Order: sequence, then C-alpha cells, then structure tokens
Amino acid sequence: MPEFVDILNAIVLFSNFVLVPAISYGAQLALGALGVTLVYSILRFSNFAHGDLMAFGTMSVILITWGFQSMGISFGPLPTALLALPFGILCAIGLSLMFDKTVYKFYRVKKSAPVIFVIVSTGVMFMTNAIVRFIIGPSDQRFMDGTKFIFRPREFKEFTGLSEGLALKSTQVLTLTVAIIAVAALFYFLQKTRTGKAMRAFSDNEDLALLSGINPDRVVLITWIIVAALATTAGTLYGLDKSFKPFTYFMLLLPMFAAAIVGGIGSPIGAVVGGFVIAFSEVIVTYAYKKFFIYLMPESLEPSGLMQFLSTDYKFAVSFIILVVVLLMRPTGIFKGQSI
Amino acid sequence: MSYLIADQLRGGYGGADILNGCSLSVDKGEVAVIVGPNGAGKSTAMKALLGMLDLREGSVTLGGKDITHMSPQDRVGQGIAFVPQTHNVFAGMTVEENLEMGAFLRNDDITGTMEQIYDLFPILKEKRRQNAGELSGGQRQQVAVGRAMMTQPSVLMLDEPTAGVSPIVMDELFDRILEVKQQGIAVLMVEQNAAQALNIADKGYVLVSGANKHTGSGEELLADPVVRRTFLGG
Amino acid sequence: MNALLSQQNRAPLAFSLMALLLIAVGMGQSWPFALAIINLCLISAIMSLGVNIQWGYAGLLNLGVMGFTALGGVAAVLISEAPVLEAWSVGGQGMVVSFILVVITIVLAILVHRNMTSGWPRKAALSVLFIGAYFTINHFYEPSVLAIENVNPATMGFLGGLGLPIIFSWVVGGIMAAGVAWVIGKITLGLRSDYLAIATLGISEIIIAVLKNEDWIARGVKNVSGLDRRPVPYELDLQTSPWFMDMIESMFSGRLALLSDVERVTALKQLIIQGSSVFVKLCYTGLFTVVLIAILMLSIKALNSPWGRMMRAIRDNEEAANAMGKNVVRQHLQVFVLGSAVVGIAGAMLVTIDGMFIPTAYQPLRFTFLIWLMVVIGGSGNNLGAVFGGFFIWFMWIEAEPLSMAFMDLVTMGMDQASDLRNHLLKSAPHLRLFIMGLTLLLTMRFMPKGIIPEETRLHSV
Repeated sequence: MPEFVDILNAIVLFSNFVLVPAISYGAQLALGALGVTLVYSILRFSNFAHGDLMAFGTMSVILITWGFQSMGISFGPLPTALLALPFGILCAIGLSLMFDKTVYKFYRVKKSAPVIFVIVSTGVMFMTNAIVRFIIGPSDQRFMDGTKFIFRPREFKEFTGLSEGLALKSTQVLTLTVAIIAVAALFYFLQKTRTGKAMRAFSDNEDLALLSGINPDRVVLITWIIVAALATTAGTLYGLDKSFKPFTYFMLLLPMFAAAIVGGIGSPIGAVVGGFVIAFSEVIVTYAYKKFFIYLMPESLEPSGLMQFLSTDYKFAVSFIILVVVLLMRPTGIFKGQSI
Repeated sequence: MSYLIADQLRGGYGGADILNGCSLSVDKGEVAVIVGPNGAGKSTAMKALLGMLDLREGSVTLGGKDITHMSPQDRVGQGIAFVPQTHNVFAGMTVEENLEMGAFLRNDDITGTMEQIYDLFPILKEKRRQNAGELSGGQRQQVAVGRAMMTQPSVLMLDEPTAGVSPIVMDELFDRILEVKQQGIAVLMVEQNAAQALNIADKGYVLVSGANKHTGSGEELLADPVVRRTFLGG
Repeated sequence: MNALLSQQNRAPLAFSLMALLLIAVGMGQSWPFALAIINLCLISAIMSLGVNIQWGYAGLLNLGVMGFTALGGVAAVLISEAPVLEAWSVGGQGMVVSFILVVITIVLAILVHRNMTSGWPRKAALSVLFIGAYFTINHFYEPSVLAIENVNPATMGFLGGLGLPIIFSWVVGGIMAAGVAWVIGKITLGLRSDYLAIATLGISEIIIAVLKNEDWIARGVKNVSGLDRRPVPYELDLQTSPWFMDMIESMFSGRLALLSDVERVTALKQLIIQGSSVFVKLCYTGLFTVVLIAILMLSIKALNSPWGRMMRAIRDNEEAANAMGKNVVRQHLQVFVLGSAVVGIAGAMLVTIDGMFIPTAYQPLRFTFLIWLMVVIGGSGNNLGAVFGGFFIWFMWIEAEPLSMAFMDLVTMGMDQASDLRNHLLKSAPHLRLFIMGLTLLLTMRFMPKGIIPEETRLHSV
C-alpha cells in the first residue's frame, strides 16, 4: 500500500500537470466553441473564419494594451489586457459586422446552401488572417503583465511540506473567473431576456419567428456582437495564458469545432461541456503517467516506460480524433444538438 | 363589407398562376373554411392573404385598408395571426416561452392575454414549463393556436389545424376555435376534414383550380348534393 | 463584348491570357523562373482536377486535400529511397508483427460488430478488444520504433524505401491516397456537407501529425532530402555531356561567333549552366503535361459518360437519385476515392520535383484551401475550368508577393525613409497575398458564382 503522503503527492502531481492546465484550456475552448455554436444555430453555417476572428480580436487587445502601457496605464496586479478587452471586443464587432454586411448578408437573403456559406467563410478566413499578419506580423507575442503566479511550486512545497509542487498561474484563475462570468451572462441573456429568447426562437424555427414579428436583422446583429465578444475574450485569455501567434489561433479552429460538435452543435451548454471534454482528453491522453504511478505503486510494480497513451506531439490530433469519432458515433453530440 | 376581403386574386410562385380569380372574405366573429381537392390552391390562397405570394392581380383589404402590398411582418403587426400546418411551435422552448414569443411585437403587459390562453387551453397551463417539442400532437396544436392568439389578433388563419390528430382531439380543437370566434375574432382556415369543418363554419368556400367553385354557409354547402357527392365523399 | 465572353469563347480566351502572363514573366523576370511557375501550375492543375472530381461532379466538400497530397509525397520517399537494411534487421520483425496484429484487430472488430447485436455487450466487447490490442501492439511496436529510429539517426533512422525510380511513386502515391480515401470515405461520407468538411479537415491534420511524429516512416520532422532516381537528367551531368554542350553551342552559335576566343569560353560555360537548368525544367514540364493531359482526357470522358451524368444528377438532386434506386453513398465513395487518387499523384509529383519531403511544409492554407480556390474560381464542374484555376491561382500565389511589395513601395514612396510605419508596411507586404486570395474568392463567389470557365449547362436525366 502506498503511504498517505505518496497519495497526496500523486494528487498534487496530477493537479499540476493535468487538472489545472486542462481546466483553463477547457474554459478557453468553451468560450470559443460557444461562438462557433451560436453562428451555427442562428446564422446556420460552420464558420471557418472563427479562429481568425479570435486572432483579430486578440490582436486588437494586444495593440491597445501596448498603447495603455506606453501611457503608463496599468491594472495593478491584473493584466492590462483586461482593461483593453472591451476596446478589442469593439474592434472585433466592427470587423464581424463589416463582413456580415459585405459578404454573408448577400447569401442570407438568397438563402444559399450551407456549403456556399462554408466556402465564403474560408474567403473571410483568408482575409482576416492576412489583416492580422499584416498588422502584427506572424510571430509570437507575449502581452501578459501584472502578477504572474498566485503561488509557485516552491512556495507550495514549503507550505505543505510535500515533495511535489503545484503552480497556480494568475492567468489560470483569471481565465476561469472570466469564463464563468461570460458564460453565466450569456445564459442569463439567452434564457431570461426578451432579446435572448427571440434569438433562441429564431434558431429554433426561423419561419415561425418571422411570423411572430421577430426582426431577423436585429437577431443577426446581436449574434455577431455576442460572437465577436466571446471570440475576443477567449482569444485574449488563451494569449495571456500561453502566447499569441496568428497561426496557432487559426489552428484552434479545429478543437473549437470539435468542442462544439462533441457537445452538440447549436447547444450552448453542449459547447461549454464539449470544451472541457476536448481539453481534458488532450491533456489526459498525452500526459506521461510514469511518476504518478511511481507514487501509487509498490516498487516491484513500478512502470518502466513513460506510461503515456500518445506522444505529446499528438496533442492537437487528439481533438480531431475525438471529433471524428463523435461525428461517426453520435453526430448530434452529448447534448442533442441540431440534427444533421 | 366583411373585415378581411380578398378580391379576385391571381398569381403563383413565379411559374404558372395557382390562383385564378379566387375571392374570399371573413368578418369578425365568423368562421370561414376553405375546402377543396388536393392542389386546388387552398394553402396558396392563405399564403396570398399573408403576403407570402406574388399577386399579379386582385387586392386584399383588412378593415377597409388596402394591404395588398404589405410585407408579412407588417400584416402580423396589423392583426393577422397565422398558424402554419407544420413546424408551428418553437420545439426547443417551453410552452410559456412559446406564448411570450407570440407576443413579441407587444410592449404592454401580456399576463392577462396569457391567462386567457390558459383558460382556453387548460392543459397548457399545466405543461407551461415543458418544452413544446415534448408535447403530444394535439397539445402542440394548442400551443400553436395559443402562440398566434398572443398578438390579440383580429384575424386568425389556420392551415389544416387538424392534420394528423385523432378525431377526439379534432372535435376538441374545433370547439376551441368556436370559442375563439366568440371573442370576436375572424377565423379563416383551410381544412382537409371538410365535412367536420363545414359543420362549424359560418361560411364555406370550395376551391377548384384556384377559383371559387361553390360558396355558401356551412349548412348550405353540406346540404348541396353536388358538393356532397364531389367533395365530401357522398 | 458579350459574344467574346460567351461560354464557348471563355476557355480559349482565359488560357490565351494565362499563356501571355507566363510569357510576360519569362521575358520580364526570367525563363527558368517562368518554367518553375509553369511546372507548379501543372501540378496545381492536377490537384485542382482531383478536387473538381469530388466537388464539381458530386458536390463533396473535401477539406482534407493536404492529407492526400502528403500521402503522395510519402509514396515518393518510400519508392525512391534505398532500403535501410540495418533498420529492418533491428526493428523490421517487430513492425511486421505489429502490422499483422493491427490487421487481426480490425478483422476481429468487424467480426464482433457484425455478429453481435448493438447494445452495451457489443460496446464492451469492442472496448476490451481495442484496449487489449493497444497494449499488445505497443509491446512489439514501441521497442521496434526505438530501435529503428536509433539506426544512424542523423541521416537515416527510418526503414527506407524500395530504391526504385521515383516516377513509380506517381502511381503508388495515387494508390496510397486512394486506399486511405476509401477508409475515410467509408466512415465519413454519410455526413452532412459541412460536417464532412470539418471531418476531412481533421483527418488531414491527423495524417500530417502521424507523418511528423512517426519517424520510422519518413524521418518525421527531420525531413528526407536529396531524393534521387528521378526521371530527368541532373544539371551537373548535362553540363559535362558532350551532346548537351554541342547542342547549346550550336543553338547560340550566332551570338557566340561575335565574341573573342577567351570570352567565348566563359560565355559558353555560362550558357551551358543556364541551359542545363532550363533543360531539366523543360523535361519536367513535358512529363507533367503528359500526366495532366492524360488525367484531363480521362476526366472529360468520365464526366460525359453515363457515369458522369449520374454523378451530376445525384449532386443536383440527391433525394430524387436516391428514390430512383441509385446508391448515393456508394457513388460518392467512388468519386471520393478517384479524386483523392488524383491529388495523391500530384503530391508525389510535387515531392519529385522538390527532391525532398518536409512534413511541416504541409499547411492547410497552402495545400487545402488554396486548391479549393483553384476549383471554385476556375469553375467547379468544368474540367478545363479547374485546370485554368490551377494555373491562374498558382500564378497569383507566386506573383502576388512581388506585386504587393511593389504596391507597398508605391504607397510608402512619400514616407520618411526611417519611419517605423514605412518599414512595417514594407516588411508586412508579403502577407497581402492571403488578402488578395480571399478577396478573389469572395468576388468570384459573388459575381461569378460558377467560376471563370463555368460548367456547361445541359439537360440531363438520371
């Protein structure tokens, strides 16, 4: 039997490398997937430009953050980016509405097939991608300031006397807090307000919504505003936690799609749950459990290999695998989304 | 002069005309029923009244006002409510939310109207927190009618409200429709179950090829041997 | 003007314009550069034909083009590289055992799936099977992989290939892509259009992830370079071959005669070096043209055959075709496999001309979305349109960069030489080409939704 301390150490180890990172990544994906799912259920297409919208919003936040920093404005222990977030959201809203007016509206009026929307959204993806790279360049940007850690592994070790350390980055707490606020606000809006209910009605049955006098243009407008806000928030949190790189954000598209589809596309709760499912799977499947089992197993049974299901390089592939499996086994997702 | 009048309608969905000079009218506190064989243009006539069809000729007036060129949304604002044949509820929303959405255009207090609907369809009050998609076919039709009534319309149009429901439910639904009529609302409906519908109708229209073939009160049409033989199955 | 732009005249007009553009590059920039563009245009045209078979004929939205291109590329490595016998001796056995075990697992899984009724016992049986198989296979697989990757890791560390001429890989690449497409198609073709797009996009990323991380296949991110056994002569060999030197001398005899003896020797040497590069490129151009024309002829023939008519009928009205007893999913699987095979062929050709295989170079923007631009802008459903799209978009992709640079030079002309904005604008100019691509796509979709050379409208029946 392992000693009690060893069990504690194993739990701390697991928390440090799996639980905490997966929770914050899951929250970021959940916010992103909410945007994908809202576009899908109200505008009725899979938006391939969503990752790049996220990149654009985040880029705006970064530029404004730099502006604030050069003016000497800071947010105390919190990252300045949080102050810049509302302005970044405005920029992303502007871009979304511009593309809606110049591109999507035409096909919406024509009632084009979803495939056509997918193709034009890739056009928007190209353009947004180019705008971001043109303005901020293709390379890595870090824009995190303020306090980095709530506590460091060393402090944790000293405090608890355990041999394993646990780090808690302030961005991780921040991510979860902001995500909870954003999701709660969104759900309140959708469930309790007149406009939110109108959006759900429009998503549920467009013709009947029109017969009830719901103004489709207004629904579309509000959808883009919410989607842009969610995308910018998700992107900023991801960038604070890790770093900002246009290509990475483009690649986030697939885990976000995966999260939305796994949860049940069109279902906001599904998007949130899906985000965590994807994040946890990615981290759990690619974590090497060797040390974890050393703590828990008697010496004679200690594992020889790394005890890893898939090498870390496959991290991104995990979400695609889950996506494909879900599409095949249960295309409506965990929370029955809109049927195919 | 009736409240809602469609006069000599001609038009279709871009191709050949489906309506060939069809005329309808219904007054407040009246039930008018449109019957006829398949493909006679019954539903099309109703869509024309809603403004979902390009009319080449003819006019539609509501309370003396010409609404021929008004958009469907604006007609809803003018007091016309419509219950489509299928997909007529918000399946993923609760019964109560369905009713709220029906009143979307209203800015006044809607609790009174909602109580009236619950009085009319008591089962809905019981199920008001349940999603409309989970209800039985008959209950769903009640939600659909209830949603339409939430605008406090002057005209209620129903497209085959009894399609796919059992005869018992059908009778109950017709009873409710008579109650709606007693509130002083003009009711216009298209029906497949012609005999039963004409029973409650003040006015009946038999459409054939987009034109009026027979017109009269429900009783008259039911008594007319030609109508009985040709359209009511003897 | 209208007559000029009528359907029949569009194709010749578009291709003439394309030829003029390429000639202009040859005259203005250089002929080797123009030929390099042309060769890549030819490969792009083949890829675009492949995607057109799927999208244009059948309406399948395959966003996994990148994956099939990479599979063709791997084929080039596996065909042309010499086998690494040492690696085979240390790890070959384990790999073969693993492979056999994978096959057995799949067979067992199919048997279980067929013979048990659906429900939790079947799910449990399958789960046990897969978990058991995972650990058993890993027992043989992991040590073998380690052993193989440790064989001379700086230059080898993989199993090598067959040591055959690389041109065989054009066929093998097609077959490999077709094989994988069959499996993918089997599992994804029942999905709705945009789900199919997402699924294929994801699968292509999985393919690339495998190629990057399984070093024993093609050295992963360590790349395979210096692929030889190529179908065209090497520049260095040409430069020392008497017949080639004589040919260059006689071609330029007029110009050379004007020079003094000393000058003539250096000038001739220069001409031979340039000539050898042009000659090699021309050889490729010739080979690629043959492949393109062959595939184009077959595609046109297929499109006009009863099979092609049925395909279009399914695309235009799936329900009706279904009702008439056409097996839509099976027909879709056929086009999916065929189109992917064509993309695989092009992928192998691409690695052949590059002479190296770099898994990290496979990026969805370049290898999936760009090919889509070619089909949509060229004219989906029209083979000539797809070919033109391949040429035109590749040309734009290459020339958009210098053009954006020139544009930025113009914009920043009045600015202070040292200004940050000017430097930033000049540095960022290359990214404008993505912008141009996106804009071109959006404009085409809006104003020419059928593409530059649209599909001929014809009456057809199932």
